[in-house]
Amino acid sequence: MKLRLDARYIPVLASAGVLAGLYVLGCVLFGDRGFTSLRVVVDLLSENAFLGAAAIGATVVILSGGIDLSSGSIIALVSILIAVLCFDPALDPRQVGEIKQLLPAAWLPLHPAAAVLVALAVGTLLGTAMGCLIHFFRLPPFLVTLGGMFFARGLAFLIKTESLSIKHPFYIETIREDLRIALTAQVDMPFVVVCFAAIFVLGLVLMHWTRFGRNVYAIGGDEKSAVLMGLPVASTKIRGYTFAGFCSALAGVMYTFSLSKGDPAQAGVGLELDAIASAVIGGTLLSGGVGYLAGTLMGVLIFGLIQTLINFQGTLSAWWTRIAVGVLVLVFILLQNFVSAATRHVGSDRSDT
Amino acid sequence: MFAELSAPPFALALLVVLAGLLVAARLARSTVFWPLAALALLLAFNLFATRGFFSLEWKEGHLFGPAIDVLKNGSYVMLLSLGMTLVIATSGVDLSVGAVMAISGAVAAGLIERGGLPLPAVLAAALGVCVLVGLWNGVLVAVFRVQPLVATLVLMVAGRGVAMLITEGRRITIQRSYAGYDAFVYIGNGFLFYVPLAVTIVAVMLLLTALLTRKTALGLFIEAVGDNDTASRYAGVNARAVKLAAYTFSAFCAGVAGLIYASNIRTADPSKAGLYLELDAIMAVVIGGTALTGGRFRLIGSVVGALLIQTLTTTMLMHGLSSDQALVPKAVVVVAVCLLQSRVFRERVARLFRRPARRQPA
Repeated sequence: MKLRLDARYIPVLASAGVLAGLYVLGCVLFGDRGFTSLRVVVDLLSENAFLGAAAIGATVVILSGGIDLSSGSIIALVSILIAVLCFDPALDPRQVGEIKQLLPAAWLPLHPAAAVLVALAVGTLLGTAMGCLIHFFRLPPFLVTLGGMFFARGLAFLIKTESLSIKHPFYIETIREDLRIALTAQVDMPFVVVCFAAIFVLGLVLMHWTRFGRNVYAIGGDEKSAVLMGLPVASTKIRGYTFAGFCSALAGVMYTFSLSKGDPAQAGVGLELDAIASAVIGGTLLSGGVGYLAGTLMGVLIFGLIQTLINFQGTLSAWWTRIAVGVLVLVFILLQNFVSAATRHVGSDRSDT
Repeated sequence: MFAELSAPPFALALLVVLAGLLVAARLARSTVFWPLAALALLLAFNLFATRGFFSLEWKEGHLFGPAIDVLKNGSYVMLLSLGMTLVIATSGVDLSVGAVMAISGAVAAGLIERGGLPLPAVLAAALGVCVLVGLWNGVLVAVFRVQPLVATLVLMVAGRGVAMLITEGRRITIQRSYAGYDAFVYIGNGFLFYVPLAVTIVAVMLLLTALLTRKTALGLFIEAVGDNDTASRYAGVNARAVKLAAYTFSAFCAGVAGLIYASNIRTADPSKAGLYLELDAIMAVVIGGTALTGGRFRLIGSVVGALLIQTLTTTMLMHGLSSDQALVPKAVVVVAVCLLQSRVFRERVARLFRRPARRQPA
């Protein structure tokens, strides 16, 4: 019996291969220094969790044929918004003078959980607004989300120009300590990994088991055909950007969970490109319609694994990560080209006979 | 001659010139009208609301003042937008220009630090590396048919790493003791014809580019390729060569901008040089009336767009906002200009005004 491989799966399988290869490489080279331990895996997941959440949103938008450049800035906006909203003068008296009043004084400080909800709503609304601009006025997604990127980053700086740490017990105790999941006696899994898993599962369900997901693939494959088939292009595209906005906002919330601070300047700088690069390394075609969230997960892990390997190696500096990622992006683009050329040949053969 | 130019005459002269240009653009039905009008509006706002915006000083034989700063600080984006205009006209985009700026500065500073080469050779080497980088982009797009957004994303991600590789991860400061220090620093800080040398370089590059594209068939070829790649190939245009040339030229412009930047701050800073400038350049091109879909381009429009962005930033700074907070108005301008250029938006607005007229009985 001959095993036939569907060409669609080649890029995703290739990312799985790269991921496995990198992990084995790490185990062989640094096995004696604890690379094989569970801690490395947990750190890999928790350090890249918020990049992962943003990458899931980016993938959905890319699959629908668009692009989202705003995620990094939305993370910054959301993080500083939460920090300011739940700022309690009693816990951090030194900072009082600089905090702006965003809500009536009687409402402040909000409970962090409420602040998180407000921030999620703000990020989601930004996504919806960008989606509406893109769809209703036929504006290029590239430029609108670029505007969104400037807007969110600037807004973050208008709220506060410097970083602000969150000292509420909800953050210090509940999130950091109580919600940790003990895997073994030594290794705990932080709450952000649970958040990441949740958004990943939500994305999977949305993309593979709902009408919305199928519409996204259809529109990304060929928007004109989707219109002719009578698919709800408008609502699907806008919902796609809304979901991306939500993912970015959640990534921002996860940023505050793991670092307990809001930071308008440093949070999420360049992350939008890392998210897009992760999607590409995960086998998603940037022109839309082809790709899987599972691939994006692998792309994010490859990204993180390269960083981990370079950390373990010790003498190489961090910028080698960027070169390695660039090379991987190139390899996957060429692979995609090769695959799409190959499938096109198959199609034309069929039509000839 | 005159020791100090007073503000009002200069401002008035500038606005009169702008008004003349506006009328000319309107009469010629040029798309440069809109960005020019926005620039005029902003300058008029500055005339009344920003104290000292039009103050101009004559110090040691050179002109100083916020208006000159706009030209000087805007020179990077103006240079980038020249190359970007041609790339976008071929219906592509070049995301790597910011990283190329970093590479060019890194090569130049690295060679000057090492010493032994005369400055012209150093500059030629830096620009040569940039041309190679541009060729790489061009080959990916034109030969391997990779989408431009993706092809140039590779270098946008990896380019800064390459620049770090060249400087071995350091920021290289050009010391006074290095050979060629004075001449190199002159590029980004010196004056020629009373204005900063950087501005003169931009003017010369703009003139050369305009002559090359508008007085030869090259511009037509670029527009043909951008409009319809296949059709232009059948018409005998070497589409591959045109695209290669466009990406190479874009990287060259970025290389020049990178040299000016490195010279201006006397440092090669691989992580900061040209950061996010690719986005500013694309914005300038779009504001200038070149559609992202390609097939048509306005060089002057792009330069006006770049000036508009820089004037906006300078205005915000003079009003006490930090450059980070100035991103909010910048975002509003991007979206507003996109909306103004969107056919759908224009039709809707037109319908809004037409409706009452239609209801009136004839």
